[in-house]
Amino acid sequence: MANLDLWTIQDARRALDAGDTSSVELTEALLGRISAHEPTIGALITVTGERALADARAADERRASGERKPLLGIPIVLKDIFATEGIRTTCASKILEDFVPPYDADATTRLATSGAVLLGKANMDEFAMGSSNENSAFDPTRNPWDPSRVPGGSSGGSAAAVAAGECLGSLGTDTGGSIRLPASYCGVVGLKPTYGRCSRYGVIAYASSLDQVGPFAHTARDAATLLQVIAGHDPRDSTSAHREVPNYEAALTGDLSGVRIGVPAEYFVDGLAPAVEKATRDAIETLGARGAKIVNVSLPHTSYAVATYYLLGTAEASSNLARYDGVKYGLRTQKGGELLDMYRQTRDEGFGTEVKRRILLGTYALSAGYYDAYYLKAQKVRTLIRQDFIRAFESCDLIASPTASTTAFRLGERSDDPLSMYLTDIFTVPANLAGLPGLSLACGFDDNGLPIGLQILAPAFAEAEALRAADAYQRDTDFHTRRPALSQGDSSR
Amino acid sequence: MNQDTRAGQDAPPDYGDWEPVIGLEVHAQLLTESKLFCGCSASFGAAPNSHTCPVCMGFPGVLPVLNERALELSLRTSVATGCRIPPVARWARKNYFYPDLPKGFQVSMFDEPLAVEGFVEIDTPEGLKSVRLTRIHMEEDAGKSIHDAHEAHSLVDLNRTGVPLMEIVSEPDMSSAAEAVAYLRALRSILLYLEVCDGNMDEGSFRCDANVSVRRLGATELTTRTETKNMNSFRSVERAIDFEIRRQIELVGDGGRVTQETRSWDADRGRSTPMRSKEHAHDYRYFPEPDLLPLETSQERVEALRAELPELPRARRARFVSQYGLPEYDAEVLTARRDLGDYFEAAVAVHDSAKSISNWVMGDVLRLVREGRLDGALVIQKWPVSADHLAQLVQLIDDSTISGKIAKTVFDEMHQSGDAPGDIVERKGLRQVTDQSAITAAVDSVLEQQPDKVAEYHGGKDKLIGFFVGQVMKATGGKANPKAVNEILRARLAKP
Ligand SMILES: [Zn+2]
Repeated sequence: MANLDLWTIQDARRALDAGDTSSVELTEALLGRISAHEPTIGALITVTGERALADARAADERRASGERKPLLGIPIVLKDIFATEGIRTTCASKILEDFVPPYDADATTRLATSGAVLLGKANMDEFAMGSSNENSAFDPTRNPWDPSRVPGGSSGGSAAAVAAGECLGSLGTDTGGSIRLPASYCGVVGLKPTYGRCSRYGVIAYASSLDQVGPFAHTARDAATLLQVIAGHDPRDSTSAHREVPNYEAALTGDLSGVRIGVPAEYFVDGLAPAVEKATRDAIETLGARGAKIVNVSLPHTSYAVATYYLLGTAEASSNLARYDGVKYGLRTQKGGELLDMYRQTRDEGFGTEVKRRILLGTYALSAGYYDAYYLKAQKVRTLIRQDFIRAFESCDLIASPTASTTAFRLGERSDDPLSMYLTDIFTVPANLAGLPGLSLACGFDDNGLPIGLQILAPAFAEAEALRAADAYQRDTDFHTRRPALSQGDSSR
Repeated sequence: MNQDTRAGQDAPPDYGDWEPVIGLEVHAQLLTESKLFCGCSASFGAAPNSHTCPVCMGFPGVLPVLNERALELSLRTSVATGCRIPPVARWARKNYFYPDLPKGFQVSMFDEPLAVEGFVEIDTPEGLKSVRLTRIHMEEDAGKSIHDAHEAHSLVDLNRTGVPLMEIVSEPDMSSAAEAVAYLRALRSILLYLEVCDGNMDEGSFRCDANVSVRRLGATELTTRTETKNMNSFRSVERAIDFEIRRQIELVGDGGRVTQETRSWDADRGRSTPMRSKEHAHDYRYFPEPDLLPLETSQERVEALRAELPELPRARRARFVSQYGLPEYDAEVLTARRDLGDYFEAAVAVHDSAKSISNWVMGDVLRLVREGRLDGALVIQKWPVSADHLAQLVQLIDDSTISGKIAKTVFDEMHQSGDAPGDIVERKGLRQVTDQSAITAAVDSVLEQQPDKVAEYHGGKDKLIGFFVGQVMKATGGKANPKAVNEILRARLAKP
């Protein structure tokens, strides 16, 4: 097999179609890389080796009988937030450590139907609450570009698995930046679609009005291929959109002529790392050279976004996580006691610090006497932020900004300061509040060799346009072809 | 269906110079096949936890999908009770921890309910009264905790979890226990007419909580109220409210204060006891349910629902009086249930003898329906005695083919076999004997056998005529026309 290090989904698809390799061979090679890199990276909570090989054999048979599908036989990884029937789904929490769902998430089903091969379940921040993957109840995931650094969160395992070459693509979820931030820190493409574009059925809820499913891959084209499969209406999710799914790959024309790209002043602020600012501005120039028109726009309520997010997100979380009470499934404390003791003890043993912190915050924000000042006011600010974007998109077609103000930080660096950790999400949170699609792609590296992310935001359901810009950018640059120098990678197999 | 329907017509109870202020919160289970947010069966009485799925058990990541039928039934009720239906209603989560509440919250509605500002009319000794409805909203039921089945553990049955309920909240417009019951009966009757609820109080598909306070007659201020729960019959509701009124009057009369609390009615002991006080009240932390879209109801839909409404009990009652010339009482009994009224009308359409048919329906039909425990369910149409057959039976009486007494026998046979009354009469030879000579022969035979009684009769004991009639009827197997028997007897016994 050719150098797997550089492979994209498109490369694998061509090789499979040409008969140069089989899905089983590809799957075995990736399982080998997982064995080699996992001790360093810790991207996966569960490796589903047997299931992967069974999936791969089935895919090879389907291919042999003439079937051709973009993901047929392509090995992928799912964040451990997606329910997988018969495969434990932990959400990186002790409270669900042994939980085996009797159902598949919609995305799980769609990938299986498309013929994708499930290699494993990716590590994450517990219940998707975090920006560094350090909040996993198991081991933290490390950044493949520098294992002393975090991969970003909460879908850090999904991003790191792609960056480390353990899989060709993966799925994560993005509630406040949980796809785009790790994509930025790990130097891959991560796309958060419009709220309602992909079904949330079977995705363990953190904040229901913000959560959205999306793909990770090396290229915009691969992300488009994955999105094509997971997008679409699901009658089991009342908030999923009744809206036709366009052909995303067909949208990747490379042509940006006439596309107006807005640059929001509020996203280029003090505290933005100089290397990040430079790489972002260079990337915007590159897009301009492709024919895009660069315009200035304003998103005046940006500075309220993080506070708004942490009120609404935690409020919903406090309710969504009430079901983990030790009664029906998951952890139940072994210490006896009355009902209330059982609840308290179970939740105390089962939840990590950050989850408890957010449940407390959210419970407080919804409490009698505080609801109007916190939850209700945050809802109003959310409307203002949404209106900011509606106004901005009157004068532009896409918005470009840094994904994060810095590159990946070191493990432990922000753990003791939740506020500085929360501010990590400052550029990603507004798109969740507005329900808009956004993606991050690598647009450079800093002096430490760490990837820098460019964020491209689009109007609702304009994922194709964001992908077209990202793909056009990748035609002119090679950041997406760089790979971390992981020791003992057995990519020679 | 019995004298209870007239509870509101009794003399007003004596509460001295106190005025009770009563509002009711009714929970009615909607007549849907499946639950509110999943496909599980909503039926009652299955093995524990057999009507469950990941959605109603609150598994991680699953999502609710609204049962459109439940919405339809709730809107129908809202329109029928004259409610205003706001253009947007919103689902809300009511958060609290309990083992039979698997998600840790109940999906309900809070500050944007489905319908507001309706009314239900009732009869009171003072005349017609309109009880205002504050709101109607939809919500999912919780499960059931069973605490006494096992020594050390409580058990949880989630079959009820997610069953669709409609909560109908009245204004505090009732001022006696009897009025409260009259309201409850009127509301239940409307729900049965609309076929939105089976009205079964035993199984809890129609239940109410009563908010009660008292104040000095003529006062207008609001006073501290209590909420009483766990009443599962109209009688319990009446007794529980009356108990609470008297308890509060006594308490306040002695200079005490009413505590805001929730009380539980104990029907066996005839008293209520406190469940929890306000200090222990939950902070439910209501907020809009993000997993469900707001419900938008167009004016067109409201109008369409209004156009499809059936005739409601009060209107039908008035029509029964005017159209069929029935007494008010009959009209009320017959219209209390839609199926009963339909049955009556179907019978009258076959044989136009309204009062006789009414007597049969209110008497034997209702008795057997009740004995068959069919009360509360809309099943009279499936009952073995069809309206057609009942009409034929009355017709057989009216044209003297059978006597009223024989008709009872025929009716019982109809109930058992489902056969037409004419067939039964022929098969069993029950046709009434009207032939003068046959009756005369029977009369003569009886008089010959009873010379002593004949002498007594002639001696002035007129009442013995009844005895002779009975003997003749017995001799003819009940088939002789009683009127003819009477006439011939009197002729034969007349002094020669
Ligand atoms: Zn269910």
